[in-house]
Amino acid sequence: MNIQLMSGDGLPPLLKLSNVSKSFGGIAALKDVDFELHTGEIHGLVGENGAGKSTTMKIIAGVYADYEGEMRIDGAPMHFRSARDSLAAGIGMVHQELSTVPDLTVAENVFLGHQPLTRFGTVDWPRINREAARLIASLGLDIDPTTRMGALPVGLQQLVELSRVLFSGARIIILDEPTSALSPPEVKRLFEVLRKIRAEGRGIIFISHFLDDVLEISDTVTIFRNGRKVATERAAALTKDAVISHMIGRGSIGMHMGESTTLAGDEAKPVVLEARSISDGKLLRDVSLRLRAGEITGVYGFMGCGQIELARALFGKIRLKRGQLALDGATRSFKSTAAARGQGIAFVPENRRMMLFRTEPVFKNISIAILDRIHRLWLKPRAENKIAATRATDLQIRPPNPNMLLGSLSGGNQQKVGLAKWLTHLPKVLILSEPTRGMDVGAKEDVIRIVKALRDRGVAILVLSTEPETILTLADRVSVLRKGIVAKEFSHGTIHKADLLAAA
Amino acid sequence: MEATQIQSLSRLKVFLTDQLRNIAPVFTLLALIIFFSIASPSFLTTVNFMNIFSQISITAIIAVGLTYVILTAEIDLSVAAVANAVGITIAYFTMQPDYVNIANLPLPGIIAIVLTLLTALAFGLITAFGVTWIGIPSFIMTLAIMQIANGVSALLVRGQIAYSYPEFITMLGSGSIFGIRWTIVVAILFLGIGHLALTYTRFGRYIYMTGGNREAAEYSGVNVKLIIGSVMVISAVCSGIAGMLAVAYFGSAQQNQFDSYLLDAIAAVVVGGTSLFGGRGGIGNTIIGLLVLGVLNNGLDHVQIDSFLKILIRGLILLSALIINVYAQRLKESH
Repeated sequence: MNIQLMSGDGLPPLLKLSNVSKSFGGIAALKDVDFELHTGEIHGLVGENGAGKSTTMKIIAGVYADYEGEMRIDGAPMHFRSARDSLAAGIGMVHQELSTVPDLTVAENVFLGHQPLTRFGTVDWPRINREAARLIASLGLDIDPTTRMGALPVGLQQLVELSRVLFSGARIIILDEPTSALSPPEVKRLFEVLRKIRAEGRGIIFISHFLDDVLEISDTVTIFRNGRKVATERAAALTKDAVISHMIGRGSIGMHMGESTTLAGDEAKPVVLEARSISDGKLLRDVSLRLRAGEITGVYGFMGCGQIELARALFGKIRLKRGQLALDGATRSFKSTAAARGQGIAFVPENRRMMLFRTEPVFKNISIAILDRIHRLWLKPRAENKIAATRATDLQIRPPNPNMLLGSLSGGNQQKVGLAKWLTHLPKVLILSEPTRGMDVGAKEDVIRIVKALRDRGVAILVLSTEPETILTLADRVSVLRKGIVAKEFSHGTIHKADLLAAA
Repeated sequence: MEATQIQSLSRLKVFLTDQLRNIAPVFTLLALIIFFSIASPSFLTTVNFMNIFSQISITAIIAVGLTYVILTAEIDLSVAAVANAVGITIAYFTMQPDYVNIANLPLPGIIAIVLTLLTALAFGLITAFGVTWIGIPSFIMTLAIMQIANGVSALLVRGQIAYSYPEFITMLGSGSIFGIRWTIVVAILFLGIGHLALTYTRFGRYIYMTGGNREAAEYSGVNVKLIIGSVMVISAVCSGIAGMLAVAYFGSAQQNQFDSYLLDAIAAVVVGGTSLFGGRGGIGNTIIGLLVLGVLNNGLDHVQIDSFLKILIRGLILLSALIINVYAQRLKESH
């Protein structure tokens, strides 16, 4: 199946990995990966989260120095010890999170870190602006180099960052999720620029979840699954379906838990919280969503698709620019998270740091959301302790000692504490962002069981995740979010992971 | 046997690093008391300790409010200026002797006191509005309020000195009960109530949680803006009351007479071990901090040290307290 690509002129590949393996604490993250990048090639890299793309790129970028196998650049063996080595060897990376400085000008951003100096040791401004203008124009862009970076749309900021990487002399350019924040015309412009760069004889690695984008721009596509490279093929010979089946493994569709599910959306159940075409003025555009009592609604999408914003808009953290929320049919606007909590909305954010107090005991972490229900004025530590102990038993938090410092619990147990604080008085709506990410199997199963039990007790639950398995394991209905818009909704019938990946 | 010993040793270590911010100030206080007792025979006497308590009583009232502010990881730089402005306000509302040439507005004592308290409240509400509603960092907002309060002081006294206050204020500021100055009694009352509210009420818990992790507090449905706004108001009211008592304590109300109180109050809170990053510490720490500063100031007078050197020594003590404060925080976060 895999085809061997040779440079037409017989030169060695620009970058070649042979039998590269990498493990973390005995767990293999990357197994015997071979990879080639040629001059004048755009090489797409796809795979699910945790498939090994990032690990591979971090080895190339010099972040991980202890790996097995061999890396060659222009045929010469290399082993980077640091990001600096990688940079010196001509490897440049543009991250999903831009590292531009919004308060500096475009030209200053291009020359960030190595401004040319005059012979008096002052910054040579005319030269900076002149050369930045030349560089930007050579990419076919029309940007005034003295514009403040922050004033540009994100698509142009990204192109400025790309020109900085080019200016630094990089011959191998790694783009991580470059299209996730871009509108279709911006994607088109990025592709034009990439084709120009390709024509200059550089090599580009294009990492993305957006398979349409990958297939459109790439010459070659490599697909990762479970730490292995499963295929490298000419993009022209691939279809989106073929890529997806490589990503998730042909034989396994519908065979394992979380690979597929049968949805059971029930329109007869009452709508508790409804979002009516809400927009946050940034990412979310006209998102409509109905959370029903006794149902789990899943929202799937890639990182940066707007889930994080959606959860916060529903919990009163982000103010809506347009649209409205309705709770039990009555229009509501939550001016603060306290207001949302008062209306019976509960939220467990995706990051433990955002919801827990590491240096406080477990019982204070649990009681924080219900203090006004336990106490009027004076604290009643005994009542708090009792409630916390009950929750700890219910949720099998180990050890079940409410006086332990939260920071001394394991990650999975901390996650349970974050859930526990909302369960003393059942909320009407429970919003869970990435409820099982990074958990070990046992804790994951506990959380799934708890969430399903809450659903059966009539709570309207919203689960937002970038992991299709989480959605497929939990959801009764699914909305797929793509760049801030609801791209597709599923409420009945059997859906597979491939359906989610194809819709996102 | 050995394993349990090692275990209990490491538990002791965790406990000590945990308590560093509480233990260090107590040892500092003991060391200072021992040093000055040996260096000067007049130091360790009941009379002198009553002096010390009296000297720190005004600072203590200010420090109670400031402790609340610092526990939420904010700061209030306007405390001394607000105390000054409010102290002058109470004089402004009181009939002054003929030789004081101020165009003021004499009112009956009780009304004067109420209006003056409302002035303090107004300062607090403006600060709270700026910090929570507009989103100005408290560091800058209270700097502006400091200047505004100084402006109010200047306009009300116009370079003059006022001497008269309502009787009740004169009594609290300069009188005694059973040989104990009223300011000490008021300070103890403030420290006591401040401690109870922080430790045993829901509001106090919210303050600690907001200071410990503001984001987590907000995502737990705590109204953090309300909490932060409240502590700014509490701080201004404490400063105002301290200011009212202080003008009677000093015997005069004039511009710039509170200049040393800003640094003293901040130093008391920080030297006591309340974390500048919020969420750790409390009134107990502030009491120790106040005593350290009080003993230091008073003790240095007893050992006949160059008065210019005193200023330097106070600075050095504050610096070492800051180092311990930041170091304790780092230890706390590392395990």
